[in-house]
Amino acid sequence: MSDPIISVRGLGKKYHLGIASRHDTLRDRLADTAARLFRRKETSSAATTEFWALTDVSFDIQPGEVVGIIGRNGAGKSTLLKLLSQITEPTTGEIRLRGRVASLLEVGTGFHPELTGRENVFLNGAILGMTQAEIRKKFDEIVDFAGIEKFLDTPVKRYSSGMYVRLAFAVAAHLEPEILIVDEVLAVGDSAFQRKCLGKMQDVSARGRTVLFVSHNMAAVTRLCQRAILMQDGKVVMEGPHQKVVPAYLHGGFSTMSEKAWPPGKRPGSSSAHLLSTRLRRLDGSTCETADIREPVGIETRYEVLTNGQIMIPNYHVFNEDGTCLFVISDIRSPWYRQPRPAGVYESVAWIPGNYLAEGTLIVGVALTTPQPEQVHYYERDVIACQVVDRMEGDSARGDYGLQLPGVIRPLLEWQTQTLN
Amino acid sequence: MSSFSTIYDRVIRPSRKLEAVNFSELWFYRELFWQLAWRNVLVRYKQTAIGLAWAVLQPLLTMIIFTVLFEKVAKLPSGGAPYAMVTFAALLPWQFFSNAVTTGSGSLVSSQNLITKIYFPRLLIPASAVAGNAIDFGITLVLMFMLMAWYAVGVSPLLLLLPFFFALTAAAALGLSLWLGALNVKYRDVSHVVPFLTRIGLYVSPVGFISAVIPEKYKLAYYTLNPMAGFIDGFRWSILGAGYEPWWPGLLSGSLVTLLVLITGAYYFRSAERRFADII
Repeated sequence: MSDPIISVRGLGKKYHLGIASRHDTLRDRLADTAARLFRRKETSSAATTEFWALTDVSFDIQPGEVVGIIGRNGAGKSTLLKLLSQITEPTTGEIRLRGRVASLLEVGTGFHPELTGRENVFLNGAILGMTQAEIRKKFDEIVDFAGIEKFLDTPVKRYSSGMYVRLAFAVAAHLEPEILIVDEVLAVGDSAFQRKCLGKMQDVSARGRTVLFVSHNMAAVTRLCQRAILMQDGKVVMEGPHQKVVPAYLHGGFSTMSEKAWPPGKRPGSSSAHLLSTRLRRLDGSTCETADIREPVGIETRYEVLTNGQIMIPNYHVFNEDGTCLFVISDIRSPWYRQPRPAGVYESVAWIPGNYLAEGTLIVGVALTTPQPEQVHYYERDVIACQVVDRMEGDSARGDYGLQLPGVIRPLLEWQTQTLN
Repeated sequence: MSSFSTIYDRVIRPSRKLEAVNFSELWFYRELFWQLAWRNVLVRYKQTAIGLAWAVLQPLLTMIIFTVLFEKVAKLPSGGAPYAMVTFAALLPWQFFSNAVTTGSGSLVSSQNLITKIYFPRLLIPASAVAGNAIDFGITLVLMFMLMAWYAVGVSPLLLLLPFFFALTAAAALGLSLWLGALNVKYRDVSHVVPFLTRIGLYVSPVGFISAVIPEKYKLAYYTLNPMAGFIDGFRWSILGAGYEPWWPGLLSGSLVTLLVLITGAYYFRSAERRFADII
């Protein structure tokens, strides 16, 4: 094996919590300094709250590898990307990079709303590290890829958000770095455009470039990456072929759990209601981490209403692993629909029928709302999740077809087939 | 691309306490510098009805007001040349300086989205903000020549010194922008201080009056505390001729102060920039 193109050793990043808010103005700083002069001990305590976003992270990446970095929110993925992109400085350790790095932490960094499409292509290209000559050479290709020829001389503030994203991605896609660092940029745009982006990233890797890819989209990670690095609490907990790491993330408790309960004092909610627990369950009442596509899955919340007399409607928000919202559903069947509720503990379950959603991850947010005037008592986003799997036994909608099937739903429909003549 | 590979090979590790300016890296990013400077110019006059004419109107109107105020009302001496010319020759550098410090000191905070999303030498941000004002300066300079023709002021070889005094003015603006821009990231108080400073500066600098009216015993302190005074004198001298020779000790002390502010500003900026993305 050749020398690694990226080599990370003992990387750590410490943030001082509270400093930013504490010393925002000179007055605070002066007051703080004055207070310290008079030896008031408590003033320094808040300023020394430390938080290690990354600790002792080490890995090597070989030229030409496409590596996915996965982990749940707050695992340190973004911090790692920021360090690799040189946006912020490590507290300990070092990173060795051999080659031109392009980092796309978002698309359209530096796009200025007042400037035209043409002007922004040149500005953005320069910001991403392209030379003017390179941009001029690729200009037509970029415009073509984005499909915005007619609006080249219109300020981008007048673009639709779709056009804006396409142009921004088009510039980024035409970078020719040795190392490409990408953060979830695929979470934007419509699905046709997302496919185009994935295709472009496959091209990049096919040309032997190294790609580092942070994503929550396990399907994309599986498709694009040979290797994955799983992070948790600022550390690398697993690394290896995606066939090993992605399932470990999805099933092994590294990912969002299918059940969550809050202890007293930590319960999300308002003064009139709070959430006690939520989970995904089967018909028999057991908690379900992995659901068979043929089985119904229940979304359950238990919550306590603290004051009498308010109308409250539980509602659930279901997403897939791409972040696409599959549906939002409110409880309109309960006896308390449009009726004030007495105080007490309630349980609400919504049943997703079997043979209804496609296989993949279901990520659920739960909320409790009072209408007119609207008040959201709690809304816990992405709080529980489970895997829907298709065991391919021939009686689900896919029949005996064994390859990847697109689509967010997979219902069993009524078919009528008959011989004519 | 491969020919640049050496600059791309890098080691990222915690930096030392005091970092010098990395000039080879800045040189490498020179195209981005021009792009950013050009963006600043474009953006300033987008969606304005009269566009770059604003660069002309502001100094012109200030000149008229100052001439009326200081010549007709306060009856201050002009030193020989038409009072309007005397004021305009001073407004030329002052306007550049005050615009450059205003945009330069606010540049980092307004580039928040860049700083938190992508790496390039942060120095480019205040530097390109200062440079973007050079276009306005150029336009005002053209107006200056037109006024000279109008008032029949002769051109002397001293005019060749103008770029030198411009460089000093730009250095002062950049030095101050480095300090204030970096401080502004942490303490937004700076954005309240700067407009105040430039407004006061306009009146305490020899813009509406000539520096000959400064009492002898305060001169050194005056020029040292306000280096722009010396540079303004320099502009008057090179435009209006020998009668406006600057007070050399003042110009020298002002230049030294400027150099000091610029160098310490660069070091302060380099040590502060590593925290920009975390605290901005």
